[in-house]
Amino acid sequence: MQVYKAPLRDMRFVLHELNDSAGLAALDGMQDVTPELIDSVLEEAAKIAEEVLLPLNASGDEEGCHLDNGVVRTPKGFREAYRTFREGGWTGIGCAPEYGGQGLPHSVSMMVSEMLCATNMAFSMYPGLSHGAYEALSQHGSDAQKALYLPKLTDGTWTGTMCLTEPHCGTDLGLLRTRAVPADDGSYRISGTKIFISAGEHDLSENIVHLVLARIAGAPAGVRGISLFVVPKFIPTEDGRPGPRNGVVCASLEHKMGIKANATAQLVFEDAQGWIVGEPGRGLNAMFTMMNAARLGVGIQGLGMGEIAYQSAVAYARDRIQGRSLAGAKAADRAADPIIVHPDVRRMLLTIRAYNEGCRALGGWVSRRLDEAHHANDPAEREAAEGFAALMTPIVKALFTDLGLESANTAMQVYGGHGYIRDHGMEQLVRDARIALIYEGTNGIQALDLVGRKLPAHMGRNLRTFFHPVAAFIEANEKHPMLSKMVTGLGRAFGALQLATAHIASKGMGDPEEAGAAATEYLRLFGLVALGYMWARTAKLSLEKMMSAGADAAFYQTKLQTARFYFERILPQAGGLLFQIKAGKEAMMSFPEAAF
Amino acid sequence: MKILVPVKRVVDYNVKVRVKSDGTGVETAGVKMSMNPFDEIAVEEAVRLKEKGVATEIIAVSMGVAQCGETIRTALAMGADRGILVETDADLQPLAVAKMLKVLVDREQPTLVVMGKQAIDDDMNATGQMLAALLGWAQGTFASKVAIEGDKATVTREIDGGLETVALKLPAVVTTDLRLNEPRYASLPNIMKARKKPIETIKPADLGVDPAPRLTVIKVAEPPKRQAGKKVGSVAELVAKLKTEAKVI
Ligand SMILES: Cc1cc2nc3c(=O)[nH]c(=O)nc-3n(C[C@H](O)[C@H](O)[C@H](O)COP(=O)(O)OP(=O)(O)OC[C@H]3O[C@@H](n4cnc5c(N)ncnc54)[C@H](O)[C@@H]3O)c2cc1C
Repeated sequence: MQVYKAPLRDMRFVLHELNDSAGLAALDGMQDVTPELIDSVLEEAAKIAEEVLLPLNASGDEEGCHLDNGVVRTPKGFREAYRTFREGGWTGIGCAPEYGGQGLPHSVSMMVSEMLCATNMAFSMYPGLSHGAYEALSQHGSDAQKALYLPKLTDGTWTGTMCLTEPHCGTDLGLLRTRAVPADDGSYRISGTKIFISAGEHDLSENIVHLVLARIAGAPAGVRGISLFVVPKFIPTEDGRPGPRNGVVCASLEHKMGIKANATAQLVFEDAQGWIVGEPGRGLNAMFTMMNAARLGVGIQGLGMGEIAYQSAVAYARDRIQGRSLAGAKAADRAADPIIVHPDVRRMLLTIRAYNEGCRALGGWVSRRLDEAHHANDPAEREAAEGFAALMTPIVKALFTDLGLESANTAMQVYGGHGYIRDHGMEQLVRDARIALIYEGTNGIQALDLVGRKLPAHMGRNLRTFFHPVAAFIEANEKHPMLSKMVTGLGRAFGALQLATAHIASKGMGDPEEAGAAATEYLRLFGLVALGYMWARTAKLSLEKMMSAGADAAFYQTKLQTARFYFERILPQAGGLLFQIKAGKEAMMSFPEAAF
Repeated sequence: MKILVPVKRVVDYNVKVRVKSDGTGVETAGVKMSMNPFDEIAVEEAVRLKEKGVATEIIAVSMGVAQCGETIRTALAMGADRGILVETDADLQPLAVAKMLKVLVDREQPTLVVMGKQAIDDDMNATGQMLAALLGWAQGTFASKVAIEGDKATVTREIDGGLETVALKLPAVVTTDLRLNEPRYASLPNIMKARKKPIETIKPADLGVDPAPRLTVIKVAEPPKRQAGKKVGSVAELVAKLKTEAKVI
């Protein structure tokens, strides 16, 4: 059974203790954000996730979305749940107060997103995509566009989509063909076919705001000819209500592996009226400026999946009795011991746990820096924070979704055959978690972004925003009487990362294929070191707090033990990754294509 | 008309309570605490009366440690207007709470006190009745329906064997049962606004009440563990076991 209680204690640890949430109030426009406010927000969000969304997770998966005569019906209960969610003001959590939003920091809304993704990833994507559209319009839209669309996207009465993908073009957007023809009134007529559009058509909102990439007639080929358009399903009237139907229809819904309760639509645009967002030819740039937040958001989907997988697996491992402990019976009054006594089951559970808590800490750090990038008073601080967030974005996206899938898979293993059977809900987690490695830029593309763009950016300045604090931490703590073993482990892995970075810098310069061949392992190595740094900081803080923590001492004690597992059983993979990276491209690239 | 709603901070209903190893009570340290579910129903009822235009102001009162302020915030986020926290580390029992509430009622002059019929920590089911007695007010306990008209409240009560409807002359004390309503989720904007609503903090001494406990807890213990069931092979065996082992027939 899918089991989930929002991990509020750990979220508070990440927000308040690791990242000093009290300091958020010093940021521009955040003066009301206090730790107490954050706690009440998280507690109420937890109720919605546990009581409203989780009960619809398995049923939504079973029923899926249905297309009937161009009209899409979401699964039973989704409309009511969306209304509860919207009326509660949750669609506007990160939106600006001037459009009716709550303007809460990213570091807080990230935790709320995690709960939504864990309990119902398919549902979470409806408001998720809307927020993507909100971001794109708020950064690039005209004043009139903002005034028209942003209040509706904020209060959730209208939802949004991002229409990039076409049948012949996914990763390589330079190939896209959807055309935009200028009309006399300053708008455009958009024609073309978009596929795989999440939340592309549904019955949750009174209007859908499509953000569409298209090529203006006569524009150059390639990415420089691409512009961004806003194409509403119903053309708004003067007073901002949904008016006449626009020329966009849902031709079909994809039959897919997971997130079945989220409608993945094929949309056909036929002379649909659209309005350009930003400058002609700058469409891809407009998309990219909002991509940091969107990619972090997808990373958080992976984390949410990992969390519900963990809790479900622990519940089962305590309950299921099978075999006897290798150290002698533990539950002598029963026919067998619960499987949680077995070393291999513990290995699985602790692996998921160490990933989850490490990722939550890392996600908390990156989103906190993103808050500083947007709201710090000092421009230099904003720039440094921006550089850090840009560097870490592909890591959060790819690492978290990789680990989320691994965790869902591992949790299924804990269930044995019962995990493979539908009733327990574990196979749904595996199916749902799978997509996050693919969309919003495949994980392979994230790795290329890291080595190709983020490492060399500003002569390595972004890289130093991560390397410096890690190096300083290691230096300050390597002689720590209680932590030196962990810090030594971190130092070794960090050394491997430095060597790998140097390898890519020297080899990749002359031969980009070398960089491409190393990218995926390099991203994993970087990610493991980043999690290691989070675990080392966590361990240090836990040691300090444990002495005076009273009943909470158990929380810190558990942190220390999980940290130990991470350093002993996971981080050593860094050494192997360095070997793989240094082996270079030859084994792959000299392989004759015909021999595949 | 003003409504006063007392709210208690208790161990969250999802938490599996554990008895302290020394048998003096249940473990509350490091345990998730929330508003007593019956009190949530009371707040919800008050807010609905305000939305209907019957009530004009809702005052949420909590008594106990400083963190009870967070329980008041929850009530404020649901729609209460202001809060009063009577802060004390004393072990509060129904009589002391009722006495302190009486002083607050005298001061605030509400027309209605709506409160939970019991708190899920000690299940006392006493404070509302005691308060009504101390005030000399009418009481409608275990309410599953409340209607206010003029200076009269009609309260449907859940009693053994069915429902009873009573008419109360206001002012009155109403205690809530589970079926009265389904509490709302606090909306995000209201959670944010609740931070700005006032909470007055006072001490029991300010109310002239000595909150010292009158009841002494001798021992708290776990209920005996349930034995595993047994499968019987025949009716005869069942009857025999019911006679000799269970000793029920
Ligand atoms: C359920 C679902 C929801 C989606 N939602 C949306 C949506 O809302 N909006 C939207 O626009 N799109 C959406 N997509 C599309 C998604 O973003 C694309 O599928 C994705 O970008 C990959 O594109 P593709 O499928 O064409 O794969 P391809 O681009 O054909 O890639 C195939 C493989 O080749 C690799 N590859 C491609 N190019 C390179 C390269 N240069 N170097 C190295 N490797 C490379 C990829 O990593 C991948 O492994 C969705 C897809 C799905 C399945």
